[in-house]
Amino acid sequence: MAKRKAASSKARKTRKARDKSAPKTRAARQQAANDNNDTGTPQRPRPFWSGTLSFGLVSLPVGLYPAHRGSAVSLRMVDEAGQRLRRRYRCSRDGKLLERDDLIRGYETEDGKYITVEDEELEALAPKKSREIDLRQFVERDELDPAYFLRGYFLTPEEGAIKAYRLLARAMEEADRAGIATFVMRGHEYVIAIVAEGGILRAETLRFADTLRNPGDIGLPSPEKPRAKDIQRLQGAIKTLRAEAPDDAPLHNPNITAIESLAREKLKKNRDVLQTAPDDPSDEEEPGEAPPDLMAILKQSLAVTEPDSAPASTAPARENYANATRAHLYALAQERNLAGRSKMNRAELIAALHNAGH
Amino acid sequence: MSARAIFKGVLRLADEKVPVKLYSAVTDRTVRFRLLHRRDKAPVEQILVNPESGKIVAYKEAQRAWANDEGDMVLLRKDELDNLKPQKSRDLTVQCFLPAGALDHRRYDRPYYLGPDDGGDAAWRALAAALARSGREGLVSWVMRDKHYLGALRLHQSVPMLVTLRYSEEIISQDALTPPIGRALDARELKMAAQLMDMLAAPFDPAQYQDDYRESVLAMLRRKAGGGRARKSMPAQRRRSETDLAQALQASLEGARRHG
Repeated sequence: MAKRKAASSKARKTRKARDKSAPKTRAARQQAANDNNDTGTPQRPRPFWSGTLSFGLVSLPVGLYPAHRGSAVSLRMVDEAGQRLRRRYRCSRDGKLLERDDLIRGYETEDGKYITVEDEELEALAPKKSREIDLRQFVERDELDPAYFLRGYFLTPEEGAIKAYRLLARAMEEADRAGIATFVMRGHEYVIAIVAEGGILRAETLRFADTLRNPGDIGLPSPEKPRAKDIQRLQGAIKTLRAEAPDDAPLHNPNITAIESLAREKLKKNRDVLQTAPDDPSDEEEPGEAPPDLMAILKQSLAVTEPDSAPASTAPARENYANATRAHLYALAQERNLAGRSKMNRAELIAALHNAGH
Repeated sequence: MSARAIFKGVLRLADEKVPVKLYSAVTDRTVRFRLLHRRDKAPVEQILVNPESGKIVAYKEAQRAWANDEGDMVLLRKDELDNLKPQKSRDLTVQCFLPAGALDHRRYDRPYYLGPDDGGDAAWRALAAALARSGREGLVSWVMRDKHYLGALRLHQSVPMLVTLRYSEEIISQDALTPPIGRALDARELKMAAQLMDMLAAPFDPAQYQDDYRESVLAMLRRKAGGGRARKSMPAQRRRSETDLAQALQASLEGARRHG
């Protein structure tokens, strides 16, 4: 019980520390996302949310980590001397630089005053939903409509939850189902779909139906009575453009590619170079301002082994998989004659190999 | 209510053209908070500070620098960055048509309805019909607000929709992650989990979920505005933690049968 209390107070602190009260405009949000690298002091990423995932009477403690990177273009803000700048909060009245503990959320009333709200008050409005994702419905995965998708998060199992996590992931994957629930995170309620892929569970937040307009709200008619001739022409065009999978190139941001090549060219010509890589990287001091490595945390939180089921002899095998290429894993899967291997990605192959007891 | 289009363009599918208008398909109903200074309740502003000198730099005077993992850092001047901005264009080009489900869920960002632009009514109606018959989803690229966009062309309530997509750089690849492992899962437990899912199977119907929490947040704010204190609710009862997975699954199945 004491442990649980500790966990929930940690979660509350996490929310307090990380909540930046969503900026108002999309542009501002984008800006905030782009500037993420410049926020305050580096922190080891903690879960965005931690709580319990429930499935019938089975409940497993989990953490939620973002499955997105905030920044599309990772440019840093510097001053005219090339010195890196940090983003800070400043009080608009007394001009003081503020730390996160100096901040409180406020809701603006019509007369321009603010009603202040503590995170605890927001949590107390829905204590159960703030701590639990209760899967009460399972839908066909294909039925989820992308118009509703907001953001994705990785679910990581906490202590003692590994077996139940693996079981739920596998059962959902085999049945091609997604679990649906509502929960409260950082002052907002969300509908979420829990999906499993390659043995990893993801939570995907969904829009509420009342935030999605109907075509009628826009004043759009229903596209009735098209001419057969027009349909045929467009069907012909669709057929010409058919592909089974997208090419990789158009999925990358062309702007990033352009910035990359400009920067590399300038580096080569030694123009406006602010800093160069040390010859021997091991000499370099640990860069204190490096953004926290979410990837490392995710790898560490996901690549866990059930304590009671890991005979020492299997540990090296897991090590090998961690560095194995997909080709190597595929070869192993072929050797073991695992079904469906040709369609599996790296993570799925690893999961399949492990599940086959290797 | 009739909405204003945010963009007008020409959707190009191979040699076919459909003049379209884009309309936002979402309305924001989020309860927005501002960050305030706890002591004097004044709103805070974000500023840029040189951490060594403590000097404040205005946003518009800040310059951008590119850095790589090796530790090189190069200044990119504003005019250089402006030069990289994409050329303005009215074209929304369909790159390819993919089978449904080919794109990672995490790519989908914001939905826009596509309505017919002047003179494009017949082509727009035919587009909706052709999309319905193909069952496919188009991958579209275009330039809007000085940015390159990628989108998925689909149907929503029989009307063409363009959902903007996130680029690969914005998604954490799952390929580098290893799932949790352990000894082979118990076939009986897997079967029970599958049965329990079957019993809880339902069609996807987003309209059945309401944001009740938003209403309680607003109610609390009204109470506080009226001078009342926020009511403390009782902590929720916690579910018993089950150590024996099989036992918990069995009990869940029995419970679901009784109620179902």
